[in-house]
Formats: sequence, structure tokens, C-alpha cells
Amino acid sequence: MSAEAASQPEPAVQIAGLSYRFGDHLAVDDLDLTVAPGECFGLLGPNGAGKTTTLRVLNTLYPPQSGSVRVFGLDVRSEAMVVRRMLGYVPQQLSIEGALTGRENVSWFARLFDVPRRERAGRVAEVLEIVDLTDAADRLASTYSGGMVRRLELAQALVNRPALLVLDEPTVGLDPGARDSVWARVQEMQERYGMTVLLTTHYMEEADILCDRVALMHLGRLRAVGSPDDLKTELGPDASLEDVFRHHTGESLAAGEKGGLRDVRGTRRTAQRMG
Amino acid sequence: MSVAPVAPPSAWADTRRRATVRLFSRIGTFCLVELQKLRHDRTELVTRAIQPILWLVIFGQTFSRIRAIPTGDVPYLDYLAPGIIAQSALFVAIFYGIQIIWERDAGILTKLLVTPSPRSALVAGKAFAAGVRTISQAIVVLVVAALLGVDLTWNPLKLLAVLVVVVLGAAFFSCLSMTIAGLVLRRDRLMGIGQAITMPLFFASSALYPIAIMPGWLKVLSHANPLTYEVSALRGLLIGTPTNYWLDFGVLLVAAVAGICAAASLLSRLAR
Repeated sequence: MSAEAASQPEPAVQIAGLSYRFGDHLAVDDLDLTVAPGECFGLLGPNGAGKTTTLRVLNTLYPPQSGSVRVFGLDVRSEAMVVRRMLGYVPQQLSIEGALTGRENVSWFARLFDVPRRERAGRVAEVLEIVDLTDAADRLASTYSGGMVRRLELAQALVNRPALLVLDEPTVGLDPGARDSVWARVQEMQERYGMTVLLTTHYMEEADILCDRVALMHLGRLRAVGSPDDLKTELGPDASLEDVFRHHTGESLAAGEKGGLRDVRGTRRTAQRMG
Repeated sequence: MSVAPVAPPSAWADTRRRATVRLFSRIGTFCLVELQKLRHDRTELVTRAIQPILWLVIFGQTFSRIRAIPTGDVPYLDYLAPGIIAQSALFVAIFYGIQIIWERDAGILTKLLVTPSPRSALVAGKAFAAGVRTISQAIVVLVVAALLGVDLTWNPLKLLAVLVVVVLGAAFFSCLSMTIAGLVLRRDRLMGIGQAITMPLFFASSALYPIAIMPGWLKVLSHANPLTYEVSALRGLLIGTPTNYWLDFGVLLVAAVAGICAAASLLSRLAR
């Protein structure tokens, strides 16, 4: 990260004073956050912390209501189309088209990102290879397991060679084996392409291993930012990130899981739909 | 490090020409995806063909016999066939919004909305993809009508124009469906509304009988119904009934564009 960062004057993500409100509910409350290029940055917190809303402002889906959000120096509101070209995005749900093959799913997004015709087939094959789906590429995606679907989504998100990869709860609802495999791909891709990764998760131990820095969010507010090691050291020799979170929010991660059940049900429904 | 982290903004500056190219590229992409889906699952083509066949075989042949509907020198089955093409296209398109609600629930819509595509281009893409689906439908009805002895044109240019009419009609009605989807946001409600409006749209058009025999109030409605113009153009092209093509194509084109704008403006509601 350091060498990249030195040659890159612009932060990959710069959020200043962002607030976002749904009716009476303040989902994000005066958030300031900077992510350096090449970094793997984790946004941690229970459901309802405002993580997903933050990502959706960042990926241009929701126009910011107040404050400014920049991606590599570009404003997400006024330069939305350019920002979109630099992003790869994997939403929380398992979001692929089961009536198409894996390859067709990726090719669809290659076209939507205007990957030139000459390069398209090669690029699609390359990202399918990275996520280890070459053998299954020509099967209908409805026959894929949950872990394969997630890897296919990573392939879709990579096909435009994004500078910033945004992953919203990429491993929720996956079994431990599939989860490890998804994380291994993310790490591999980051090493291979040197891209910046911004992810949300509520698995503290994963964030601890993967992320260069993490931000703890709770009820729309930022409670702490730093490298997992620094945050733990501040607290004591044997502290875990879970302890850090409890220390900064006064709550454990499991408590205050608003809508937790709804999320689980949503994921199950998706899994059923995918067969 | 094989990725340039920052694309120069000027490289993607939106000129009018680039925006137009992108619009057609998106339409092409969605049509291709629709064809791929059809290739993998043809059952819908078969099941959807049943209803128009029944209309032609049972309703058409029965009403030909009793001569209840004055169609001049044109046999009733010939008169009916273009109407049934329009009707089957309408039935496919009016439920097309279900797909967008499905994509919303599955998170696909979110991903589509953060691709570098203007919302109008996404909606136009979907609208013409609905057109692709209805073309397959129209071909089935044409073949069945020909087998039943309907005297259709075989002029390839006219047949091509038939497909254009069907696609424009599908674009409008699928946008109507996506607009309703954007308002109600739920599959079951869209199904209900779709069911409720298809028959009135069908009956308040010249698909089954000439406008001349309608009561006054229905005449007014039928003139406001794009399906009437679709049927009129199809009848002109396929069986040579005189019609004003400028008016027919004009209405269909304006309706399709208006539909795309309406549905695109509601797309953000579906993103929530």
C-alpha cells in the first residue's frame, strides 16, 4: 500500500460530513472517512449501523443528502458515470441471473461496462479463471451453490477492472468453507491487481485477518478507526476486535442486531431461488 | 499492478454521440440477454402460444361462421389474426414489469443501476428486450394463422415492418408495466393490476371488432389506446386494410418514448 499511496495524491475514498436519512430515521450521521489507495478497508458494525447506506452513497446509488463523497477525487454526485466505471460492486443479496450461464452473466456486465468487443471474451474468461469457475462457466447459474454464486458475482464485479472493489457483506449466509474461498479470492485479486477494497462485514475475526484498517460503525456514527492491531493494543494485550467493538459502543455485536432475522430470511430466500 | 487506479475523466466525457452509441449498445445488450434466456428455457414460448391459438381456432372460427361482426369483404379470421398478434404481444409485455421487481428483490437491479448506464438506457434496453420476446410470439401466431388459411402478405419488407410494430407496441406496454412496478413495488400487486387492465385495453381496441360498431364512449377510449394503432398498422401490413401509417407509427413511437421516460423516472423508487 505505502508505495502506491505515495504516488497517488488522491485518496481512494474520501467521505466528509455525510448524513443520510430515510424519513425520520437517520441511517448515517455525520460520517468522515478516508480510504487510501491499495488498502483493504473494513466497515464493521451490526445490522442497522449504516454500513450498507454508506456503500450505496459511495457507489452512486443514493445521491448524498449532505456532505461530500469522493472516489479517487471525483464527486459521486456530479461525476457519477465516471465513478461507476471505477467501481466493482457486490451487493448483499446473491444477485445473479439464474436463467443465464455463469459466462453469460459475466459477459452481460462486460457489455454494460463497455469492455471493447475485441477484449471481451478474453476478459470474461480471465475473471472466471480467477474465481475458479472456468469448469462451471457454461452451466446455468441456477445450478450453482451459494459459494459459487458469490464467486461469480466477484467475477462480474471484476470484469471492468475496477480501481475500487466494494463488497457488501460478501460472506453472509455462506458456510465456512465457501466463506474462506471467497476471502481467498478477494485477497488474491487485491494482490494481483493492487486495487482498493472496501467491504462491510459483521464477522470481526475475518476483518481482523483481512483488513489493513477497519472503521467501527454503530447506529449511523463512526466510533473508531484504525488498524485492527492498533485498536486491539489500545485496549490491552489479549483484546479481540469484538472487545474493541464493545468498548467503543458499549454493546456487543450480537446485541442491537435490528433486522438480523430479516436479513437471514432474505438470504435463505435467495438461496432457495437459486436452487 | 496492472490496473490504472484512476481513469482520466476526460476520456469518458459524455458527448451526445457517445450517449447515443451507449443507448443503442445497452438496447443491444438487453436484447441479447433476453435471447440467451429464451434459448435456455423455451417452455414459456410454448405455453404462451396456447392462448392466441385458442383465440384464432375457437373464437375466430366460430365468429367467422355466425358472421356477427361486420368486417366488409374481409373474412373474420383474416380480420382477427392481426388483432391476436397485437393481443399476444400485449399479454407478454404487460407482465414484463414482474421481471424488474424480481431483479430488484434479487439485488440485480442495484448492480444494473451502478453500471455506467443512464436509467433511460436501462429501461429502453428492457423495453426492447420485451420486444424480442414478443417477436417470437408474433411469429408463432403468424404461422398458426397461415395454417388456418388466413390470406397474409408474404412481402418480406411488410413482414419486417410487422415486427417493428410489434416491438414498438411491446416497448410501450412493457414500460407501462415497469411504471406500475415502480409505483406498487410488489409482484402480487403488479399481477393484479396487470390482470385488471389487460382486458379493458384489449376490448377498447379494434383487435376483435371495428371501431365503427362501438358505442360512443368506447370509441373515445379506443382512440386513446395505443393498441388500436398497433392493430391498425398490423392489419394494414398483413391483410391490406387501408390505414394511416404515419399516424399509427407516430402514436406507437411517441407512446414508447413516453413510456420509457415514465418508467425511467420511477426506477429510483425501485432502488430503495
